[in-house]
Amino acid sequence: MNSVIDSMMKIFGSLGTGNSALGLVLAVVIAGLVVFTIMAVMAIVAVYFERKVSAFMQDRIGPMEVGIFGFKGGKQFWGGIGQTLADTVKLLVKEDILPKEADKKLMIMAPFIIFIASFLTFIGVPLSDGLVVSDFNIGVFYIMAAGSIGVIGIILAGWSSNNKWSLYGALRSAAQIISYEIPIGLSLMLVVIVVGSLNFGDIVAWQADHRWFFIHSPFAFIAFIIYVIAGVAETNRTPFDIPEAESELVAGWMTEYSGFRWSIFFMSEYANVLIISIIASIIFLGGWLSPLAIFGVHVSWLEGPLWGLFWIFSKAVFFVFVMMWFRWTFPRLRVDQLMYFCWKVLIPFALANLIFISVWELIF
Amino acid sequence: MYTDFAPILIFIFFALLLIGALFVLQNIISPKQNKGGDKLNTYECGEVPEGSAWVKFNIRFYVVALIFIIFDVEILFMFPWAVVFQKVGLLALVEMLIFLLILIVGYAYVWVKDDLSWVKMTVRYGRGRYAPLQKKGSDS
Repeated sequence: MNSVIDSMMKIFGSLGTGNSALGLVLAVVIAGLVVFTIMAVMAIVAVYFERKVSAFMQDRIGPMEVGIFGFKGGKQFWGGIGQTLADTVKLLVKEDILPKEADKKLMIMAPFIIFIASFLTFIGVPLSDGLVVSDFNIGVFYIMAAGSIGVIGIILAGWSSNNKWSLYGALRSAAQIISYEIPIGLSLMLVVIVVGSLNFGDIVAWQADHRWFFIHSPFAFIAFIIYVIAGVAETNRTPFDIPEAESELVAGWMTEYSGFRWSIFFMSEYANVLIISIIASIIFLGGWLSPLAIFGVHVSWLEGPLWGLFWIFSKAVFFVFVMMWFRWTFPRLRVDQLMYFCWKVLIPFALANLIFISVWELIF
Repeated sequence: MYTDFAPILIFIFFALLLIGALFVLQNIISPKQNKGGDKLNTYECGEVPEGSAWVKFNIRFYVVALIFIIFDVEILFMFPWAVVFQKVGLLALVEMLIFLLILIVGYAYVWVKDDLSWVKMTVRYGRGRYAPLQKKGSDS
């Protein structure tokens, strides 16, 4: 598997720019722009999707007023299709407010760190066969490492706001995110044990040769469940949204943020949801393989990088939908229940799972 | 020549520039008037804020962070093991079981000492209808 940077460097080389360092920077900047576009579009689409899905689940209509290009659907799903675009513009032209009691330097810094965390994670996330910014041989490990930088930004945001809601939200969020990182790491380790590689390309190639990982063994299925639960918690979504619980902490660590700074948090949050969904579909659901492969049927025109992009996004959107479904199905946990669930349920199960899969791999 | 990891550094600077540029753009197009009054007060449900939020907070957060570090380092050590597990076979399993056993002893210790639960019951709730809330062995 080669990376996007490699391909672009080759093209620049053939154009004869000569300076390879310049070519590298140019290639990375282009890739960065694409990643930023994906993040922004994802946030805009996901907010609309979430509002509509929530609305239909509660027998409402949801956004229905703002159309786009004179197109307005009324009561259908695409009713207020321009709503989030309008919201984006609104956020951009809002007055910029920093409370006078706050630590302004840190408060300005926090959105940068949170954005960088999810932006950096995208370097290692493959979107299809060969469609990855940089093809690390330690892919799985890199995703975990880069994804956990965000906690620093959250703590900074909460502490610097000088607001009690923010402080409590940030501390809860930090405790939650670092705790749920452990079940995620332990459940991802299962696939590493079986495949013997940390590279996403190798993992998907293994699944193409054998079978999709979530039906590999009973333990792999348990790991899949653990990963999905911990992934929902890692992105601070309901039922694990204690850090932003509207009814007890106004908006958690985001309370003092408004306008554009807040929208950066929002963008990173939805980017994290997308990353968690993509990783789940790569590791457990065969990534860019077509679903027909599960039955041993190989249709040649349904494979290839572009179809891979389609399949991986279908799987990821399914996971995003499941997360929204969770939101309107499960009530919010209490903070002590949250810690209980992580430390006394998920981690023992994940550890036992790890030992069992090792034995299983030795026997079979 | 470049390594796979060169994009990380470039991405960091690029993200700083990108977000910085967006903030500058926002600064230009957003309204600037009317920054006085109570608007810049800290939000506390509409009341005048009671003191600063920079207070000492519960030690629980610290304990969770400590336990997390132990587990995270353990995961860090287990990844190389997981990669070569298939090649080494039974020996790898035995070695990792010994490693995990040491960890699990510590894990059991914090569990028994009630450090994993968010609310550590150290107060004797006493009598009447609160009696069932009292936890054995954790008072004194």
